[in-house]
Amino acid sequence: MSFNLSVGLPHYLLVAAMLFCFGLYGVFSKKNAIAVLMSLELMLNAVNINLVAFNRFLFNKPIDVQGVKHYLLAGHVSAIFVIVVAAAEVAVGLALVITMYRNRLSTNVDELDWLKW
Amino acid sequence: MHASFQWAWLIPLMPLLSFLIIAFVTKKWPRLSSTISIICILTSFVLAVWIGYGVLTTGDQLVEKPYQHTLNWLTFNNVPWGLSEGSLNIEFGTLVDPLTAMMLFVVTLVASMVQIYSVGYMHGDKGFSRYFAYQSLFAMSMLGLVLATNFLQLFLFWELVGLCSYLLIGFWFFKVSAREAAKKAFITTRVGDFGLLLGILFLLNKFGTLNFFKLHEMIGPQFNNAVVVGGISYLTLTAFLVFIGPVGKSGQFPLHVWLPDAMEGPTPVSALIHAATMVVAGVFLVARVFFLFKASPATMEFISYLGCFTALFAATIAVAQDDIKRILAYSTLSQLGYMMMALGLGAMTASMFHLMTHAFFKALMFLGAGSVIHALHEKQNIWDMGGLWKKMKITGTTFFIGVLAIAGVPGLSGFFSKDEILTAAYHNNIILYVVASFTAFLTAFYMSRLFFVAFTGDEKPENHPHESPWMMTLPLIILAVLSVVGGYVALPEHGFGYFVRPWGSEYEVEHMNYLVAGISTVLGLSGIGLAYLVYNRKAISADNIVATFPRTYKVLQNKYYVDELYLWIIKNIVDGFGKVLYWFDIYVVDGIINALGFLAKFFGSLFRRAQTGQLQVYAMVIFVSIVIMFLVITFGEQQLSALIPFLGGVK
Repeated sequence: MSFNLSVGLPHYLLVAAMLFCFGLYGVFSKKNAIAVLMSLELMLNAVNINLVAFNRFLFNKPIDVQGVKHYLLAGHVSAIFVIVVAAAEVAVGLALVITMYRNRLSTNVDELDWLKW
Repeated sequence: MHASFQWAWLIPLMPLLSFLIIAFVTKKWPRLSSTISIICILTSFVLAVWIGYGVLTTGDQLVEKPYQHTLNWLTFNNVPWGLSEGSLNIEFGTLVDPLTAMMLFVVTLVASMVQIYSVGYMHGDKGFSRYFAYQSLFAMSMLGLVLATNFLQLFLFWELVGLCSYLLIGFWFFKVSAREAAKKAFITTRVGDFGLLLGILFLLNKFGTLNFFKLHEMIGPQFNNAVVVGGISYLTLTAFLVFIGPVGKSGQFPLHVWLPDAMEGPTPVSALIHAATMVVAGVFLVARVFFLFKASPATMEFISYLGCFTALFAATIAVAQDDIKRILAYSTLSQLGYMMMALGLGAMTASMFHLMTHAFFKALMFLGAGSVIHALHEKQNIWDMGGLWKKMKITGTTFFIGVLAIAGVPGLSGFFSKDEILTAAYHNNIILYVVASFTAFLTAFYMSRLFFVAFTGDEKPENHPHESPWMMTLPLIILAVLSVVGGYVALPEHGFGYFVRPWGSEYEVEHMNYLVAGISTVLGLSGIGLAYLVYNRKAISADNIVATFPRTYKVLQNKYYVDELYLWIIKNIVDGFGKVLYWFDIYVVDGIINALGFLAKFFGSLFRRAQTGQLQVYAMVIFVSIVIMFLVITFGEQQLSALIPFLGGVK
């Protein structure tokens, strides 16, 4: 009986899915706004893992362009974009949380319901 | 065709031009405004005479087929109704035939006379320029109406005439009575216009054209005059509806109330409205579409009886009135009744002849009355006058000529025209003849009463009358001459009746009926004689007669209480109905609207619970929805796959 112990695409996807679910659970259940933001980061990173893994395992063949070999790096670049955007988003989100805390002395998202009817 | 016919469009254009010039440029200079206005209307008059000459030299081929000069105005494609080939063309143009030429002559003549007269009468009035602007617009509307080739064009000018009469009756708008009278005239004629508009739509629906001559050709003997409801044929219904317009405009019985009140305007305006423009528009319309009425004997009969009734009705009221202008107003109503009766009897020529002679002597008498009122500083009650004959020679003489003409004294114009109408009545319907003859007697009586009370008898010491300036007496003299000689145009073999007759009809030489002429002469002279005895010689005391029939006198003086009756109807029935509708509006219509609003509010309060404001609940909803969408798109049935392009899914 032989086991294929090498790490392949399914493993990466599985890790990413778990990470995504942890993040989702955090977004749904955490009361602290900062914790919610952190959970969001987890979800985004899960996506990043997916992007890089797909790029690595499905598009790892060189492409011949006018005699020069090129590798397709769209997944990696996308992941970097996501990191940049996530950083910006967290900056805005934290600023909001701080302002909120100054005004209401609370970061509990359950108490942030004053925009309803 | 005569060269003049193609220039007929200039006739209404000249007064329009003067209206625009006065309104926008020369309003600040009254004398300049009046001069422009008079020059323009005189130019129109010269053109009208030229066209009249052209008609006389062309002969009666114009009666077979009138000259039309048209431009395309409106085109409607894919018209679902009518007999036309799917499209409806309405043109704007001029139609010249002897009837038009006669009307052009009369209207431009009377309008010129009135405008020249007004320079003297309106001297020093604040609205002098405005007055002449309105006068020009009025003349333009009437001339456009006369030249119209189709119903829509006619209706346009018809409404313009109504508007101008409103403006002129309410010219002294600072007087409450003038304002009220203007509104009354406008609203009352509007009732009639409604009928006319319906009639026009009926014609359009059936024939697909509004052109007079095309309609004339269509409503021939071959036209299938189907019965619509209860034995009333389509044409009878249409003709009746069209006739409601003239009832309002020409002041026939139920809608006559505006005309005596229209006396609130300046007196020359009354002359214009009553002699040449507003009120004869209705008679003219009936004559213009005479083919339509001829195709419906029931309507013709109705017209003749209504006309005859109006003639008698108005004449009896005139006997008991004291205001000089009101007497003339009721006399106008009475004479219009004559014209309508003649039309109803099929004597279109006689009616138009009377229209022409009446325009001369009624304009003369109104202008004469204006001269008197001017001299006495706005006194209008005839009992406040007296002895004017000696002080106002020209006014008195010309007024007397007018009285003789309307009374039907042989040799003057009224004799010829009235005689033709009476002859037509004599041949067709003896009852109408008797009533009309009695009306002729009454006419002679009340007009002479007016003359004897106002012009003869003792002078009143508080009055200091003086003859009016030449600008006012000149039109009087010209109109007096026409009132005398106007009747002789019917005498030559190819005279008035040869030209002015319905389209396509045979010319019949009318011989004078000496029996009718004799009776009407006797009646006219006895009317004058009776008035002379009562009001000049005082051989019979008028007060005694009044004392014998106090009720009758009171009813007549109050115009049969028609105004009061209308007031009662409006106050009780119309207002009552309005109250019912108001209740309906408040409780039923508003109730439904409020119920809808309440319903929306109720459901809103129900569903707003869904908005919790909880961030995580929203996130959960979004996530679950995405999962559901994913499942549906991936494993869903075929019909749900239509959603894929919207959701951006992949399968």
